[in-house]
Amino acid sequence: MKATVHVFLKPGVLDVQGKAVENALHGLGWGGVKDVRVGRVLEFETSAADRAAAEAEVKAMCDKLLANPVIESYRVEVG
Amino acid sequence: MKAAVVVFPGSNCDRDCKVAIERSTGAHVDMVWHGDTELPAGLDLIVLPGGFSYGDYLRCGAMASLSPVMSEVKTAIERGVAVVGICNGFQVLCEAGLLPGALLRNEKLKYVCKAVDLDIVNGQTRFTAGFQGRREAVMTVGNGEGNFFADEETLDRLEGQGQVVFRYQDNPNGSARAIAGIVSDKGNVLGLMPHPDRAFEADLGSADGALLFQSVLASA
Repeated sequence: MKATVHVFLKPGVLDVQGKAVENALHGLGWGGVKDVRVGRVLEFETSAADRAAAEAEVKAMCDKLLANPVIESYRVEVG
Repeated sequence: MKAAVVVFPGSNCDRDCKVAIERSTGAHVDMVWHGDTELPAGLDLIVLPGGFSYGDYLRCGAMASLSPVMSEVKTAIERGVAVVGICNGFQVLCEAGLLPGALLRNEKLKYVCKAVDLDIVNGQTRFTAGFQGRREAVMTVGNGEGNFFADEETLDRLEGQGQVVFRYQDNPNGSARAIAGIVSDKGNVLGLMPHPDRAFEADLGSADGALLFQSVLASA
């Protein structure tokens, strides 16, 4: 089963990379752009038997390694 | 005194740390591979060195914090052994949950490499007692992700309990409250972005780092 994990800095944590991209977009004429956040996407296959098991497994991976709860939040998609 | 420096794949200040500790204190220093499941007996100090463990992939220090040797480091911390995480080592300690907070990308996105003036906020720790009441120190930073972050409540607690040890006089990376180094609530774990291992004799521009290692020796 395929899993996709989206990891972003939590709201309130300054995303300097997002700020730099936002400034670049403004410089190119897209002045209406705001609140750019740069995150990370991970894709992988799991051997979990079903959707619920896959979700539980991937969440455990996020808590253990893929995201840092002090600064990041994550969203999991499976199937 | 007996010390160990942990070597992760991608560490690059491991030998600097060994030389700095040996020359500052005369202590015997063992190098410990990250995959080891045992630490040498009778350690007074464990150093997690600077560098780019695991290529800084995923998040700085994230994968190193899960290395086999880290469970031994945790056990040593519980026994009261002194641990210093320098730069990437500080990131590893935060990722491992052994110190509060996290290190974010520098506010101005630039890698900063220069000598910095520090205030010694708490001179009573086992890492700063050797400064003998001095209020300032000079060390070198070299980081791209040295921007210390913690929520306000945690920052207040760190300040209130004397856990902020070093503060930048001229904040080079956007760190919350200009924090450069903190200790754990029990006081035996220090994490700092500036490098005492790059400032341990006058020829390097500052010998203040030697006082940090000597402080640990004196308290051992």
